Amino acid sequence: MSSTTNSPTHHTSTIGAIGAPSRRNTELALLLFAVVIPVFAYANVGLAINDQVPAGLLGYGIGLGLLAGIGHLAVRKFAPYADPLMLPLATLLNGLGLVVIWRLDQSEKLQASKTFVEAAPRQLLYSAMGVALLVAVLIFLKDHRVLQRYTYISMAAALFLLVMPLIPGLSAPTYGAKIWIKIPGLGTLQPGEFAKIALAVFFAGYLMVKRDALALASRRFMGLYLPRGRDLGPILVVWVMSILILVFETDLGTSLLFFGMFVIMLYVATERTSWIVFGLLMSAVGAVGVASFESHIQTRVSAWLDPMREYTLSRTPNGDGLVHSEQAMQALWAFGSGGTLGTGLGQGNSDLIGFAANSDFILATFGEELGLAGVMAILLLYGLIVERGVRTALAARDPFGKLLAVGLSGAFALQVFVVAGGVMGLIPLTGMTLPFVAYGGSSVIANWALIGILLRISDTARRPAPAPAPNPDAEMTQVVRP
Amino acid sequence: MSELTLTVMRLGFLAVLWLFVIVAVQVIRSDLFGTRVTQRGSRREAGRQQQAARQAAAPPQQRGQQGGGRQRRNAPSKLVVSEGTLTGTTVALQGQTITLGRAHDSTIVLDDDYASSRHARIYPDRDGQWIVEDLGSTNGTYLDRTRLTTPTPIPLGAPIRIGKTVIELRK
Repeated sequence: MSSTTNSPTHHTSTIGAIGAPSRRNTELALLLFAVVIPVFAYANVGLAINDQVPAGLLGYGIGLGLLAGIGHLAVRKFAPYADPLMLPLATLLNGLGLVVIWRLDQSEKLQASKTFVEAAPRQLLYSAMGVALLVAVLIFLKDHRVLQRYTYISMAAALFLLVMPLIPGLSAPTYGAKIWIKIPGLGTLQPGEFAKIALAVFFAGYLMVKRDALALASRRFMGLYLPRGRDLGPILVVWVMSILILVFETDLGTSLLFFGMFVIMLYVATERTSWIVFGLLMSAVGAVGVASFESHIQTRVSAWLDPMREYTLSRTPNGDGLVHSEQAMQALWAFGSGGTLGTGLGQGNSDLIGFAANSDFILATFGEELGLAGVMAILLLYGLIVERGVRTALAARDPFGKLLAVGLSGAFALQVFVVAGGVMGLIPLTGMTLPFVAYGGSSVIANWALIGILLRISDTARRPAPAPAPNPDAEMTQVVRP
Repeated sequence: MSELTLTVMRLGFLAVLWLFVIVAVQVIRSDLFGTRVTQRGSRREAGRQQQAARQAAAPPQQRGQQGGGRQRRNAPSKLVVSEGTLTGTTVALQGQTITLGRAHDSTIVLDDDYASSRHARIYPDRDGQWIVEDLGSTNGTYLDRTRLTTPTPIPLGAPIRIGKTVIELRK
């Protein structure tokens, strides 16, 4: 099908459809680039700290290259039309995270602490498990619409995962937030990271069925569409659930992530701005209400409002019974001393942050050693992953896939916002991990699975449409017989 | 390690990181597939030749506005269906190609067992003269009483018969 237009100056142009290319070779080239950058960073850290190229450089490069290569081959085989950017972006972030975790392993100050373990080799192992899960998702999830069948099962699974840290035998409360569970012999696990994916599946399946009722049955009041009382049910249930997480697990981040994801998906499903307004109001009410009696959250809020006071209190024992932490102030100093171009990899003092420097606060190390320029680049890499996710949602042909892709990329974006905003002092700090970069097995594994599902949806969305059904007009034309 | 080397590495690393971001954005830009616009012949003469060549070979389905100056004084302004199930239908002639047939994407969809899917088309040549062309139909297209074999100019008011349908051009 082509059409021609004649403008008055007789420029003639032909407009024709182009089939979607598979873009696997673009992906391979970008992946090579995405492996070379962290290897460069690794060498840079070694040269800066020890004056020599680190001995593990070859092993590290081969390890990361193998992960990327296996991921790429799996995509080439099982999702040939998938988005070419997601895998390289995730690989680059994972690689940079590994380098910075290794760089913090070299810090003598952190090595002196009681709880020190070599984090980088473990993180490489977790990354390998994550890529294995990605490959498994691509192999066993032939069509993302299968997930639709498990709408309510995934709701139950998500609730169970969320409640797990409260079960006495499993619970492993750490630093005030109860979001970890102990698996004997294996270590700790953060089930909330996996609940994120299960909840996205549930919300997508639920909203696909209910969105018409939620979108259309409403009254107009002051320019807003007010939903009917009974349609408020689900949002109230999710709200109560996230408040309960906040109260019993004292984790602002997880609570915000789930409620925010639901509001985003509700907005996308119904196109009603009123849901955003309701969501913001409800989360504000909930957060303020809970903060009025929960001391752990009060500490976080006061550390956010006045980090310098918190720093002074942590330095001078005052016996008010509360735990004070200098982390927030140290993170801000790290960003400040980084300036525009940073101090250079391996040459900062972000190890002053203490024990969470390689997990919750890892962005501060980027801020100090790569400066504003580096942090902007990192945030853009996250932005590109989210953009590709939303782009996948736009291209998807089925409503369930659209909602699932929006939900997953929305959750990803919210998580980055909550962590980066917390570390930079924009919002109160919460214990969440920066996806792919921060040290933490659950987070890395769950996020690779998330990328796997997005790749599957984008493969289905970008696959050339099947040949159209035979034209009903093609039936035989009757012949006039003279 | 010297200060200079480390500074070079630091700035080099930032440059490489940003290069990756820029390359990724370029990939997105080239990924916006869907339509491709090919410019052909920028000059007036070239444009005309191309247009004439296309009309002779395989004219496209639709055509934009012809230049206003090309309209003849005596030119027909509408196409009227005078017999058949669509009797009374008129289509304004604005320089576009009109396709007739049973196919859904025809300009005039004929509900007629004796018409082919893509039966005939009516289009203006570069002088604004309207031409009817049979597209290899089973039962043929008739201008007055003669079956068409080549693209033929349409006189005003002459009946064109396609199956049970008759159309004509009017001022």
